[in-house]
Amino acid sequence: MKEQDQERRKIISVKNLSKIYDMGAVKVHALRGIDMDIYHGEFTAIMGHSGSGKSTLLNIFGCLDVPTGGKYYLDGDDVSHMDKNQLARMRNRKIGFVFQTYNLLPRTSALENVELPLLYNPEIGRKERKERAMNTLESVGLTDWSEHFPSQLSGGQQQRVAIARALVNDPVIMLADEPTGNLDTRTSFEVMEIFQELNRKGITIALVTHEADISKFATRNILFRDGRISKELMIENVKNAREELDKLPPEDEDL
Amino acid sequence: MKLQNLFVIALRSLNKNKIRSLLTMLGIIIGVASVIAMLAIGQGSRDSIENQISGLGSNVIMVFPGATFRGGVATAAGSAQSLEMADLEAIRANCRSVKYISPVARSGGQIIAGSNNWNSSVRGVYNEYFDIRNIEVESGSRFSETDERRASKVCVIGQTVAENLFDEYTDPVGEKIRINKIPFTVIGLLKEKGQGGMGEDQDDIIYAPFSTVQRRMRGARQNIQQIYISAVSEEKIKLASEEIDNLLRTRKNISKYEDAPFRIRTQTEIVEMFTSTSNTMIVLLAGIASISLIVGGIGIMNIMLVSVTERTREIGLRMAVGARGKDILRQFLLEAILLSLLGGFIGAVMGIFSSKLFVAIMGWPVTVSSFSVIMAFSFAFVVGVFFGWYPASKAARLIPMDALRYE
Ligand SMILES: Nc1ncnc2c1ncn2[C@@H]1O[C@H](COP(=O)(O)OP(=O)(O)OP(=O)(O)O)[C@@H](O)[C@H]1O
Ligand SMILES: [Mg+2]
Repeated sequence: MKEQDQERRKIISVKNLSKIYDMGAVKVHALRGIDMDIYHGEFTAIMGHSGSGKSTLLNIFGCLDVPTGGKYYLDGDDVSHMDKNQLARMRNRKIGFVFQTYNLLPRTSALENVELPLLYNPEIGRKERKERAMNTLESVGLTDWSEHFPSQLSGGQQQRVAIARALVNDPVIMLADEPTGNLDTRTSFEVMEIFQELNRKGITIALVTHEADISKFATRNILFRDGRISKELMIENVKNAREELDKLPPEDEDL
Repeated sequence: MKLQNLFVIALRSLNKNKIRSLLTMLGIIIGVASVIAMLAIGQGSRDSIENQISGLGSNVIMVFPGATFRGGVATAAGSAQSLEMADLEAIRANCRSVKYISPVARSGGQIIAGSNNWNSSVRGVYNEYFDIRNIEVESGSRFSETDERRASKVCVIGQTVAENLFDEYTDPVGEKIRINKIPFTVIGLLKEKGQGGMGEDQDDIIYAPFSTVQRRMRGARQNIQQIYISAVSEEKIKLASEEIDNLLRTRKNISKYEDAPFRIRTQTEIVEMFTSTSNTMIVLLAGIASISLIVGGIGIMNIMLVSVTERTREIGLRMAVGARGKDILRQFLLEAILLSLLGGFIGAVMGIFSSKLFVAIMGWPVTVSSFSVIMAFSFAFVVGVFFGWYPASKAARLIPMDALRYE
């Protein structure tokens, strides 16, 4: 594809998307008609109050959950009508998902955690799997930690393993639900530095965050309120995580 | 999914959860091993009892002096002079289905040969006894009717007695021994018979003429402790026992409907009696064994169900990175199959091994039947696979988000 086509390539497109959680007595309208497009190369931050429906939307984007109504196109494919197996294939080939709580397999080395998505892709052999997992770990700066178990890693390192796992299948979009929610400022910025680097290499990213600080590293901010998009803006001068890190007081003075 | 990847996933998962894998296997191992061992012991004792009874001799009928009830007063077994030599002679003379007959007098005591001594039991029997019991002489000969008539001090000894009284260079035949200070001449050495069904040594025995034992060792008491009879053929056993019963009742003036002061047991009856007791024992042991199998099964179930929360999240995560429901099911099924196979195998080996250990330590007879191995193995396999697979099959039907959120 030419550079220009890439620019206009719609990775995600939702139309009138709704999600209702039927709790029997009450029906929770988590999403009330969302229209939204995400183009290739964008770095979108989704903001909003607690309970406004951010995670619900991201889970649907990630094919982890299904919408109640509306249309969802992922990389041109109509996801709304897919069965479970087709959705699994989408998750395996097109999506990289990063959770707030990392969700790494315990007692399993960083490398094997990163390998996991490739084990469910029959097109990838043993050799390629190992190579790709190792390369991806390297790209998040964890080459030396490949044999460590999650319990032997810091929160920031665990999240980097999770990012590598989301990246290893070469997804069309990376989705991250409050990836810095469990981390301190410095570590959050370090994680955001990785996201910015990936975005610079052309990877499309959508992340959910509570913190205004974090959203300023994205190119586009979307504000949620009560299951609807209430505001949307392009960030003029995107902050650079590397520079922000340098501005932080030296580490030993943090205490 | 590629088969190779499936194995990688399942083996990694078992390896990461060693404790859970071990506990699951333990249930299977205990269940399988105990069933095999219990049934082996039960089956073994039945087999050996049957062997022993068939080793009793050919077409054997035994007559015992029995407790009698007259006017509600029981007289102790054998204390009444219920069986006399005259009875024996009458049976020989009148019962046409009887081939051989021999009384038995039991005694025993210290046996001395030179500077060696040994304790053994002594049976006083007729020459015919050897034919009834199929006892064969290895060297020398049995005693004769003349020996019986004269109450000669001669005897035939078993291998164990010979080994304990004489060194290996001495031929016992022709040697002199003393049984309770009475001098005897050894005229024959019996063939080795080995262990009996109860683990007793059948070669630790001395036979002497009945009259010798009865008169010289038991103090000329007239009652007979037991009569051994052999019927002319297997089909005639029942007829012979009826003839004997009728004759003895007539001689003792007891009607058919009264309790007799003697008991007649045929080989067939004894076989049936012991088979039914040992069947009861097998049922009992099988009951205990199935309880341990069930306990093992519940153990497996517990482990699987307890880990279901942790595993449901794991399933959620695997699905989040692209596993389909059937990939998850195959993984759990393979895990369960591998565990059950390995556990079943170890259990079978341990069951067979501990059965052998019983033979070695307790001297108990055991027979490991392939039926018990197959039965225990398949039961454990089914339980293991079902409880490994069932919770997973529920989780695999969830949408990934619900599995990830599962509590
Ligand atoms: N599985 C569920 N069952 C029922 N209701 C749910 C479920 N998940 C979310 N909800 C409801 O849907 C609404 C939106 O939830 P969602 O998790 O998307 O909010 P959020 O914006 O991510 O909030 P937060 O910032 O606290 O993570 C909430 O009212 C929540 O209670
Ligand atoms: Mg949320």
